[in-house]
Amino acid sequence: MIALTYKGVMVLGEQRDGVLHPVTFELLARGRELSDKLGEALSCVVLGCGMERFAEEIIQRGADIVYIVDNPMLRRFLPRPYSTVLARLMKEVKPEIVLAAATTQGRTILPVVAAKLNTGLTADCTGLDIDPVDRTLLQTRPAIGGNVMATIKTPVARPQMATVRPKSQKPLPPDKTRCGQVVLKTYESGIFETCEELVDVVKDRTQDVNVQDADIVVSGGKGLKSRDNFRMVEELAELLGAAVGATRDVVDLGWVSYPHQIGLSGRTVSPKLYVAIGISGSVQHLAGMQTSETVVAINKDRDAQIFKVADFGIIGDLFEVVPELISKLKERSNTKAGREG
Amino acid sequence: MRIYVLLKQVPGTSDVKMDEETGTMVRTEHKNVINPLDENALAEAIRLRDTIPQAKVTAISMGPLHAQKALREAIALGADDAVLLSHKHFGGSDTLATGKALAQALVNLAGGSLGPDDLILCGERATDGETGQVGPMVSAILDVPVVTYVRKIVLEGRHIVAERVVEEGTEVVRLPLPAVITVVKDINQPGFPTLAGKLKAKTCDIPVLIPDDLGLSRDDIGLSGSPTRVVKIFRPKLSRDTVIHQQDTSGVAVDALLDFLEERGVI
Ligand SMILES: Cc1cc2nc3c(=O)[nH]c(=O)nc-3n(C[C@H](O)[C@H](O)[C@H](O)COP(=O)(O)OP(=O)(O)OC[C@H]3O[C@@H](n4cnc5c(N)ncnc54)[C@H](O)[C@@H]3O)c2cc1C
Ligand SMILES: Nc1ncnc2c1ncn2[C@@H]1O[C@H](COP(=O)(O)O)[C@@H](O)[C@H]1O
Repeated sequence: MIALTYKGVMVLGEQRDGVLHPVTFELLARGRELSDKLGEALSCVVLGCGMERFAEEIIQRGADIVYIVDNPMLRRFLPRPYSTVLARLMKEVKPEIVLAAATTQGRTILPVVAAKLNTGLTADCTGLDIDPVDRTLLQTRPAIGGNVMATIKTPVARPQMATVRPKSQKPLPPDKTRCGQVVLKTYESGIFETCEELVDVVKDRTQDVNVQDADIVVSGGKGLKSRDNFRMVEELAELLGAAVGATRDVVDLGWVSYPHQIGLSGRTVSPKLYVAIGISGSVQHLAGMQTSETVVAINKDRDAQIFKVADFGIIGDLFEVVPELISKLKERSNTKAGREG
Repeated sequence: MRIYVLLKQVPGTSDVKMDEETGTMVRTEHKNVINPLDENALAEAIRLRDTIPQAKVTAISMGPLHAQKALREAIALGADDAVLLSHKHFGGSDTLATGKALAQALVNLAGGSLGPDDLILCGERATDGETGQVGPMVSAILDVPVVTYVRKIVLEGRHIVAERVVEEGTEVVRLPLPAVITVVKDINQPGFPTLAGKLKAKTCDIPVLIPDDLGLSRDDIGLSGSPTRVVKIFRPKLSRDTVIHQQDTSGVAVDALLDFLEERGVI
C-alpha cells in the first residue's frame, strides 16, 4: 500500500569543495538504467552552496529533475545538516529508490537518513537491478568470507536505499539534447543549524594514489614474497604509466599503504588494463577489479581463481615472467621510439 | 563521563577458507574474535577514561550467548563492565534492527537518557558484515551527532575534537557530547590484557539483556524488525574468454602477452 505513493529514483549528488564530484555521474548512469526499467523519473539532489551551475550537466548525464538545496551552511559536508535536509526532502518527494556513493560522505549520511526514515539500506552494492516480478530493487554485494554474492531486497519499507561502490559503473556521456527540470528547494533556516564545527581541512596527497583514475593498474599480491620483490610491481607500473595496486594481505604486511588496496575493503577500480601479479583472486579482491576492461594474470597456480576473470593468463613463476616482461617492454618502447624518432 | 563501546564478535577472518567445489565457507578451527576495529575503539575508550577521574568504560554487544567471551576479553583489556544483548528474537537483525536494539540498550544503561559528557565508540566497520552502518544508525536513533572514520580524538571538556580521514585528506571536526564516533585502524595500537583485567574477567558478571528488559517488541528487532532481506546467495559467474599460456624458457608467453596488449590498444 505505502509503496504505491513512492515513485521514481533519486541519486545523491556528491560535491567536494563546491565542485560536483564525478562519482555523481556514475550514480546517474545507474539511476538512469533503473528508472528506465521502472518507467519512472530520475532525480538528483545536490546540497551545497552555489551548486546550481552544475544542474545542466547533471541533466545531460541522465537526470530528469535536479533538486538544489543552496545554503552557506551546506558549503562543506557535515552529517547533521546534510542528513536533516535529505530526510526532509525525501519525505516530500517520496522516491522509491535512493542511491548514494559508497564514499566517506555517502557511507556516513545514508545510514543516518535510512534510520530517520525507518527504512533499509544496503552498503557497498556492486550490482543493482529491478525485479521484473514485483518491481523491487535487487541489491547485490559480495557476501562476506566467501566467494559468493548476496542479493538483498527491501520488500516493504520505502525508500529502498543503497550505497554504490565508486567506479563500479561507467558514467553516461553528456547528451546536450536532454531536457530536465531544476527545482530550487528552500527551507527555514533552522534546518541547516548544527552543533558540529568543521575546524580544519588538511589535504593529504599521500592518501591520493589515484588508483581509481588510472587507465592501467598493476597490482601485486602475496606471491611477491617480500617488500623488496614488490618493487618489481612498481617498476612495471612505472614503465606502463600505471598506478600500483595491492591485495589486502600485502597492505597488512606493510609493503604498501592502504590507499593502494584493491577490493571489498579497499578501492574499486575499473581501468582499461588490470595486471594481477601473484594474486590468488579471492572474491573480496575480485569485487574491486572485476569490471576492468582487460585483465592479465600472472600466477604459478593454474587453478588460481584470478584466471577465471582474466582475458590473458600466464601460468608461471612471476620471478621469471615479470623481469622478462619488463625487459621486453623496454625493448619494444626503444624500437618504437627509434622508428618514430 | 561514561564511554560506551559497541563491540561485535566476528569469525576470525584468517580462518575462513572457501570450498572451491561447493562455494561454501569452510571455517577451520572456527575461532571467534572481537571485531578488529572494535578493539581499536575499546583501546581508545580506555585511553580517554584514564585521563578523566571517575570515567567508566562499558562494552556492549549483541549476539549469541558465546559473545560473552568477547566481552570478557574486553574486560581483560580494561573495560569496567559489559553487557550482552542476547535472545533468539534478536537473531536475523539487519543493521537497522541492530541499531535500534543497541540504541535502546544505551538509553537504558544511561538511566533514561545519555549524560552530557557521554561518548559512544564503534568500529568503522565489522569484518563480517562490512557495512559500517550500525554506528551512524545508532546516532540517528539517539538523535546525537556522529563523526565517522576517526583517527584521533581530543577531549575538551564536554566537547570532542575529532580528526576524520576522508578521500582527500583529513577533516577536523569539533562537536559537543554526547556523540557517536566510529574509528579506523590508525587511531591507536590496541594493548594487551592486564593481569588484574584477566582476573576480573574470570569472575565478573556479564548481564544478559533480553528484548523485554529493553521494552522492545518483537516487531522492532530480529528478522521482523529488519527492513532488508537476503533473497539470494550465489556464486558469481566469471566469464571471460581467457587465453592461457604456460611460461617456459622460449619466451613465447610474454611475446604473446605483449602482442595481445598491443592488439587491444592498451599499451
Ligand atoms: C571481510 C574481508 C574483506 C577483505 N577485503 C579485501 C580487499 O579489499 N582486498 C583484498 O585483496 N583482499 C581482501 N580480503 C582478503 C582476501 O580474502 C584474500 O585473503 C586476499 O585477497 C589474498 O591476497 P593475495 O592474493 O595477495 O594472497 P594469496 O591468496 O596468498 O595469493 C598469493 C598468490 O600468489 C601466487 N604465487 C605465489 N608465488 C608465486 C610465484 N613465484 N609466481 C607466481 N605466482 C605465485 C600463489 O599461487 C597465490 O595464488 C578480505 C577478506 C575478508 C574476510
Ligand atoms: N551486534 C553488534 N553488537 C555490538 N556492536 C555492533 C554490532 N554490530 C555492529 N556493531 C558496531 O558497529 C560497528 C559497525 O558494524 P557493521 O555496521 O556491522 O559494519 C562495529 O564495528 C561495532 O562497533
